[in-house]
Amino acid sequence: MMSFMKGRVLVVDDDTALAEMLGIVLRGEGFEPSFVADGDKALAAFREAKPDLVLLDLMLPGRDGIEVCRLIRAESGVPIVMLTAKSDTVDVVVGLESGADDYIVKPFKPKELVARIRARLRRSEEPAPEQLAIGDLVIDVAGHSVKREGQSIALTPLEFDLLVALARKPWQVFTREVLLEQVWGYRHAADTRLVNVHVQRLRSKVEKDPEKPEIVVTVRGVGYKAGPS
Amino acid sequence: MSGDSAASAPGRSGARPERPVGRKRSGSRWGRFLESGLLLQGGMQGSPVIRLFMRWVRRPLLPVMRLWRRNIQLKVVVTTLLMSLGVVLLLGFVVIGQVRNGLLDAKVKASQSQATGGFAVAKQRADEAASGTGDDVATADGRPAQNVIQWMSDLVSSLSSGGQGAFDVVTLPVSDADGTGGRGPRASGEVNWSKSVPADLRERIGSSTTAAQSYTRIVYNNETQDSQPGLVIGKQVNDPNGDPYQLYYLFPLTQEEKSLSLVKGTLATAGLFVVVLLGAIAWLVVRQVVTPVRMAAGIAERLSAGRLQERMKVTGEDDIARLGEAFNKMAQNLQLKISQLEDLSRMQRRFVSDVSHELRTPLTTVRMAADVIHEAREDFDPITARSAELLADQLDRFESLLADLLEISRFDAGAAALEAEPIDLRDVVRRVVSGAEPLAERKGTQIRIRGDQQPVVAEADARRVERVLRNLVVNAVEHGDGKDVVVKLAAAGGAVAVAVRDYGVGLKPGEATRVFSRFWRADPARARTTGGTGLGLSIALEDARLHGGWLQAWGEPGGGSQFRLTLPRTADEPLRGSPIPLEPKDSRRNRGLDDAGLPCGGDGEKRATVPAQPVSGPVPQGSKRDPIPPRVAPTADPTALPGNGSRVVPRPASGTRPQDEAAPGKQSAPDEGPSGREGTGRDEGAGGRIGGDPAARGPRDEDNGSAGPGGRESEPGDVDRQGEASRGR
Repeated sequence: MMSFMKGRVLVVDDDTALAEMLGIVLRGEGFEPSFVADGDKALAAFREAKPDLVLLDLMLPGRDGIEVCRLIRAESGVPIVMLTAKSDTVDVVVGLESGADDYIVKPFKPKELVARIRARLRRSEEPAPEQLAIGDLVIDVAGHSVKREGQSIALTPLEFDLLVALARKPWQVFTREVLLEQVWGYRHAADTRLVNVHVQRLRSKVEKDPEKPEIVVTVRGVGYKAGPS
Repeated sequence: MSGDSAASAPGRSGARPERPVGRKRSGSRWGRFLESGLLLQGGMQGSPVIRLFMRWVRRPLLPVMRLWRRNIQLKVVVTTLLMSLGVVLLLGFVVIGQVRNGLLDAKVKASQSQATGGFAVAKQRADEAASGTGDDVATADGRPAQNVIQWMSDLVSSLSSGGQGAFDVVTLPVSDADGTGGRGPRASGEVNWSKSVPADLRERIGSSTTAAQSYTRIVYNNETQDSQPGLVIGKQVNDPNGDPYQLYYLFPLTQEEKSLSLVKGTLATAGLFVVVLLGAIAWLVVRQVVTPVRMAAGIAERLSAGRLQERMKVTGEDDIARLGEAFNKMAQNLQLKISQLEDLSRMQRRFVSDVSHELRTPLTTVRMAADVIHEAREDFDPITARSAELLADQLDRFESLLADLLEISRFDAGAAALEAEPIDLRDVVRRVVSGAEPLAERKGTQIRIRGDQQPVVAEADARRVERVLRNLVVNAVEHGDGKDVVVKLAAAGGAVAVAVRDYGVGLKPGEATRVFSRFWRADPARARTTGGTGLGLSIALEDARLHGGWLQAWGEPGGGSQFRLTLPRTADEPLRGSPIPLEPKDSRRNRGLDDAGLPCGGDGEKRATVPAQPVSGPVPQGSKRDPIPPRVAPTADPTALPGNGSRVVPRPASGTRPQDEAAPGKQSAPDEGPSGREGTGRDEGAGGRIGGDPAARGPRDEDNGSAGPGGRESEPGDVDRQGEASRGR
């Protein structure tokens, strides 16, 4: 089990003490951390380290975390977990919209952090050969690909998980809380904005007209469901 | 006389310009007149038709009336028009009177001398004829009459011919009965004597020998000739036979009337112009004053709407300009103050944000290090291991304290924003309860939910409501002494409520207010077993306020407590009441139990039912002075009336507190009406302090006994209207 958990984690944080402490905790959990302290160098470090996950502090010297997040997301779907000292609405939403998969508010407990990281890396543990259809999309779960009329659509792992979760039970309406548990791995209720933001991002990729979603349909007052195939 | 009627002419014409404006006003008056007049009849007949008609009449007038009420320019112009009209009318009357008098005086004098001359001639002719025919009188009886007839006709024609049509002459017999024998009436120039000579003049002449005069209207037998105003002068003279007859001179006043109407016309035209011009001048003058005032009003509205950069245009140095300058200065100062406050708030928020970040990053490191050490504590010697435990525990506490402090300061800075959406409170309650289960199990407490059969939906911020309820439930479990905790939901009217009831140590009188104070602890001596920060309820109160809701507490020592969160169903809607009474039905007082839990005569001693007090408000002194309980207007800002809604019932220290003694029922029924609030709200401050004094309790018990427990029963659906003490500022 632990062998699956192994993963390279890039820690982007300017606070050396925190970075070192993160390193200690991550190594203790079997991850391979690498570090970068400067936003300007983050992208280069990312390309070099090819991490499986990025831990990204929002407040950085040079380029700020949001910008780094956007740059990384532009070239990779690798999971990004933000570290933020501000749980204020705007910061978190901006971070999520710029491509982060999840966020964790300082101060956090090591276990919490590890749980978040594992939840993001969990996907790779379950390769089940499965074909799903949602709307006019064809999803190959094992191959981690989504195709519309033969054209493949690039999704981040999280967006893929979200789509798969909806597609597996097209008859079911998912509340945001359920999605948080299934996709993000939160046991207890968490920030439902995570769901909202990522549904928007997913729609912008898979919908023909994101204004009139047909794949991921909003059920007012309840949550989301898969559109009819 | 004709002059009188003609004199009103300028008035009539002068009234014209006033009409279009004036009618509006008089219209409304008319409406009222009609109404009052018809209402009298209507009162007798009781007819709805009339009322309908009145409404029909009034309806088109309503906009006019509103315009009249709201438009000072219209008022001034109309008033000016009416007043100048009055002045012009008065002037017209005076001037026309003068002119008429002047014209007539001359004419009358001329006429009188003419008539006097004529009378003299008539007399002379009569004398001549009498002397010339004196013998014939006796000899031939028919002839003299014949002569007189002829003579009279001659006289009339000769007299009238002298006037060249300027006057006419009429002779009449002294009495109508005397009209035979050739002495009937004669008139020159086709004058209809009977209509032209007034009867009273004839009488006057008949009764004296002097001349008399009167104004009249000269009527002609000739159809083609119009009647005309005239002066008639008459005198009784003798004919050649010595018999009296009446001789009248009729002078037409056509010329004078023409002059007079010319004057009237001129005056009317002038008056009309004057009135119209005055109206126009008034309009212009008022406009000069009103325009800046209206501008000021408009700008004041825009200022209050938040457009602080709006200013008045100032020209000149007159009073209006001074008004403008003062106004602008005020606006500028307002803007300055507001921007200063905004800056302060922004700085505060910035500071909180910075502190938050700067503190949290090292805290995260410490936290993680502590956890790593804590994990490895088994390898340490006992002292170090215990230290590691303490470190980890206290870091938890430090963390939550920091989080709460930051949250509170966010409220203080006004940076807290409500993200309201329709949520079902049942879901929130279930989440909270399931989250509190582990703690409840440890305490041996069972948490029960009531009233969750129906959806309880309100527009609220789920995160905040959950935080509030988690706080309440955890508190209830912690202080519940292992007894059950009941979470009750209800919705009624425009409000939803969640009440969390425990049966633990309860609250002492006065504590129900203080529980919401920052860093307040029920019992400093008690072990801080679960290590709350002391800010939880303060934050919960702020959260409730942010929703425009209430968070209130009730408790009795040993009888447990109840915390009630009331939220408006839709955001921005003011709360009028709560679906759940603050004091639970199973309170000791309601069940009629005494302290020891034994039935008694209705001891209400434990009425420590103080709803949440605004923590930040300047509280207690005002409470006792407040003469008007805010019950009547439950939406009143509770912070403005400190102490209101609080329901601690004080025990009179000496047993002779009149207000308590006078109104036992009030205190025993705090949920029921305005009076309940009145009594309790006033006493809050004292209640908190005196309540604890056991010596002072005796008299209160009797009071409650008289009120009886039955009176306290309130239906579950009752809307508890009191105690909006925790409403937002």
